[in-house]
Amino acid sequence: MQPFDKHTGLVAPIDRVNVDTDQMIPKQFCKLLTREGYGKLLFFDWRYLDGGAPNPEFILNWPRYRGASVLIARDNFGCGSSREHAPWGVLDYGFRVVIAPSYADIFYNNCFKNGILPITLAPDQVDELFRRTEAKEGYQLSADLMNQTVSDGNGLLFRFEIDPFRKEILLKGLDDIGMSLQHEAKISAFEKSHPATAEMFEPVDLYKVEN
Amino acid sequence: MAPRTLYGKIWQAHLVREAPGQPALIYIDRHFIHEGTSPQAFAGLKAAGRKVRRPDLTFAMMDHSVPTRDRHLPILDETAKAQFDVLWQNARETGIRLFDMHSRNQGIVHVVGPELGITQPGQTIVCGDSHTSTHGALGALAFGIGTSEIEHVLATQCLQQFRSRTMLVRVDGKRPSGITAKDIILAIIGKIGIAGGTGHVIEYGGEAIRALSMEGRMTVCNMSIEAGARAGMVPPDQTTVAYLEGKPFVPRGNNFQAAADRWLSFVSDPNAQFDTVVELDAARIAPQVTWGTNPGMVTDVTARVPDPGQFADPVLRSGAEKALEYMALRPGTPIVDIPVDRVFIGSCTNSRIEDLRAAARVVAGKKVSRTIKQALVVPGSRVVKVQAEQEGLDRIFTEAGFEWRDAGCSMCIGMNDDILPPGERSASTSNRNFEGRQGRGSRTHLVSPLMAAAAAIAGHFVDIRDWNVDGNE
Repeated sequence: MQPFDKHTGLVAPIDRVNVDTDQMIPKQFCKLLTREGYGKLLFFDWRYLDGGAPNPEFILNWPRYRGASVLIARDNFGCGSSREHAPWGVLDYGFRVVIAPSYADIFYNNCFKNGILPITLAPDQVDELFRRTEAKEGYQLSADLMNQTVSDGNGLLFRFEIDPFRKEILLKGLDDIGMSLQHEAKISAFEKSHPATAEMFEPVDLYKVEN
Repeated sequence: MAPRTLYGKIWQAHLVREAPGQPALIYIDRHFIHEGTSPQAFAGLKAAGRKVRRPDLTFAMMDHSVPTRDRHLPILDETAKAQFDVLWQNARETGIRLFDMHSRNQGIVHVVGPELGITQPGQTIVCGDSHTSTHGALGALAFGIGTSEIEHVLATQCLQQFRSRTMLVRVDGKRPSGITAKDIILAIIGKIGIAGGTGHVIEYGGEAIRALSMEGRMTVCNMSIEAGARAGMVPPDQTTVAYLEGKPFVPRGNNFQAAADRWLSFVSDPNAQFDTVVELDAARIAPQVTWGTNPGMVTDVTARVPDPGQFADPVLRSGAEKALEYMALRPGTPIVDIPVDRVFIGSCTNSRIEDLRAAARVVAGKKVSRTIKQALVVPGSRVVKVQAEQEGLDRIFTEAGFEWRDAGCSMCIGMNDDILPPGERSASTSNRNFEGRQGRGSRTHLVSPLMAAAAAIAGHFVDIRDWNVDGNE
């Protein structure tokens, strides 16, 4: 996973609550075998018209937001399906930072597995970011994970909270599977004494069918 | 020791490692995988030179993209076929038990796990699918994970987890006739909202929950994620034990008694503290119908489509406006006046035998309305399908004009060719009414199997309580 330290970039707003992961990457694209290539599919149904042409009304298609890498959003961002295709799409589109007042749990968790920084700010702070983004074309924000700040170089400076462990993982781009495997001895010891795994009942009668 | 919740007990029983300031490492008892979210996890595993640690605790299923008819014919959807082939290959290489689309035990992973007794009380269960919460009905801690976490569980049989907050949802009182588990969970989501359970594991309790069958409890737990909670659970009781006895993966004889005794210890202690408590009265729940584009946008069948102007919060108001525009509904329209184009009875929420029996009771001797373009019944598993056919339910459905299909996720998610066309409106027993969920531009109304069946007959929503159908589920 690529580490995350600091990032400065153009801001794009999605002014809608409860944006679900079905909306980010529709189901027909969950049949692919890769983790890459989902950027062009992000927000597919909103972004493209029936014939496949870009929908000029969808905000990410506005010329002023082209090349955005910081996404500001509303409450409960990423609700619904657990599909990691959603954060893959967010990242592949070019977003490294998402800022919202709240997130759905699974999406939030998935962001950290992919080097995306999901920042949580108070609703009035997010409102202020929406105002500034809409007021000024080319509005940029800087996110500094080490110092836990969001700033715009124009007087705005917000501090955000983040779990220290997740911060560390993201800063260093650590492989969490490798970290867990360091506890191999503990896992093996647990397996020996744990009833639910020690007693694995082979099917007595799989409805009289082998599969 | 301080009184503990069911969640606290399962958590404690699965702690492999705990360290201050870090997520715990918890052991995973059962790992379900399917063709949709697992290929990248196996690819990552291979790229890192890692092995599947416990193929014996991992169960693979083909469900999301499987065709629900003509399964003996070649798969025409090449991307879906590639996923099936990759799952088959991964299972074969690693020794994971696979229920492929031709297995007689195939079905939706959340239907099959409990049905075969792979799911048991007190277990930790994960799957790369948010409706894994279903398995919590048996008193297990079960939740959906992303693909990176699938890879983590394949490699370590563990997961790094922060402890969740706990929420008790107590549904007291007696469920009136015609009111199903689906109406209970939709009413709960309507009350707490689709983010009301965020950060929480829900325990469902109260007289109305205890009175539910196991299948009803699965319907309730299934939609916990639609309230934002990753997991929902019902404490195991004699209903749970009776359900599990004789299931293929469940121990027999003396071993069964020992297992049952252990299962029954997984209940919250008296006076256990929950971070949040929510209370509902089952007697006051009416049949529920969603009107918007998330499961929290729900109302009684006797109500009208709400006026967005009634929402004081500007964000909620704008959400309701967008939803009504997408749904092509006018504020003030009585719910029972909304016409339906297609009906879908199926999904991991409502495709079990009791759901099909309930729908069949409504349909028996009647005909699907001529205004309905398609009415589909998709059993949750092939075991359910066979059982239904033995009971003659398939004939009741087909004689009424329903299509009777093979098992899979089908029109709930539309990854196969069971798609709701643009602009069309469904009465669906599934779990999500998001924009485009059943097909691009499609409009979904979530209802119970009784309500979906009645909508198919009438061509529009009706208050099932007026039909005098006994509705156990």
